[in-house]
Amino acid sequence: MTPEAIFKRLQEKFGEETVFDFHEVSDKNRDAWFQVAPFEIEPVCEYLKTEPDLAFDYLESMTGVDYPDDKKIVVVDHIYSYGHKHRVILKAFLDREDPAMPTLVNVWSTANWHERECFDLLGVLFEGHPDLRRILLPDDWEGHPLRKDYEEKEEYHGIPTQRPNPIELYKIGVPGKDKKAS
Amino acid sequence: MSANLNLMAPPKGLDAKYSDDQGSVITTNVDQVINWLLNWGRSNSVWYLLFGLACCAIELMQTGGPRGDLERFGAAPRPSPRSSDLFIIAGTLTYKMALRVKRLYDQMSEPRFVISMGSCSNCGGLFQYAYSVCKGVDQIIPVDVYVPGCPPRPEALLEGLLKIQEKIKNEKYLQRRYGVVGA
Repeated sequence: MTPEAIFKRLQEKFGEETVFDFHEVSDKNRDAWFQVAPFEIEPVCEYLKTEPDLAFDYLESMTGVDYPDDKKIVVVDHIYSYGHKHRVILKAFLDREDPAMPTLVNVWSTANWHERECFDLLGVLFEGHPDLRRILLPDDWEGHPLRKDYEEKEEYHGIPTQRPNPIELYKIGVPGKDKKAS
Repeated sequence: MSANLNLMAPPKGLDAKYSDDQGSVITTNVDQVINWLLNWGRSNSVWYLLFGLACCAIELMQTGGPRGDLERFGAAPRPSPRSSDLFIIAGTLTYKMALRVKRLYDQMSEPRFVISMGSCSNCGGLFQYAYSVCKGVDQIIPVDVYVPGCPPRPEALLEGLLKIQEKIKNEKYLQRRYGVVGA
């Protein structure tokens, strides 16, 4: 099935409040995608997985994107069906100040680590997640570094996070830039 | 290569005199001979801790393989910091791993030496603007030899090992251990 057909089908089932904003493949959108209301996403995904002629059995990737200008954090799900060989992309637009959405662990177990990564790097809270803690960064890390307004700390456990540029530190001439350089 | 790399070089200050009737006489300082002997043994059995962090580890394996063959210099890979003399840090060091590196270094017994292999462990390299990458191993532990390259060729790492051997051969253990007279 094409993404548009899947979108139409979901809209019939769940209504225009829940599934909306379809984007066709274009130069700007390399893949077709549509929005799902964040707090309605679990029944939609359950339907996508269990319905025999949709049968999306594989959550390929789940990532987050930060849009500070729009004050949104977008969680993007790529899901794929091995049986029917079709793919669809769902996006959930969350409030940047309080990013939260229900977990998809009960639908696809793969979501467990993906959601932990999304929480680790962007601070999205997945409600109902069985084990929501950092997966890549150390447990005592402060902040979520993939947010655009993240600022690096001065040091981490006494390790400085900046290293002076040796060219500026020792006044080394740079060939091409500095005429004195040999 | 300096003369120190010659395995059969006699210790400094050793002076041998031979006589048919009286037997042979060697005059030397005991500490210099003992230092030479210790250094000779240590420099030719530099066991290194296997610590590959990123793609430099592939070159480290090549160096240990049949073509580079680190073992012809007596350097054998060890799985434990407690039985190794040399710490080869090969690859990108993250802050999460930096704390472990510090602990491993503390577990090594002296005399211990550190080779920082590749641009990433020298200064952060390609990833130095990343939030999670430590800007150089020397921010956490002292480094003896820096091997530049991304990644360095096995020959470069061999050169690094030879530099470590050179350094070991110039050590004065007795003086360090028991102190210098009049100091």
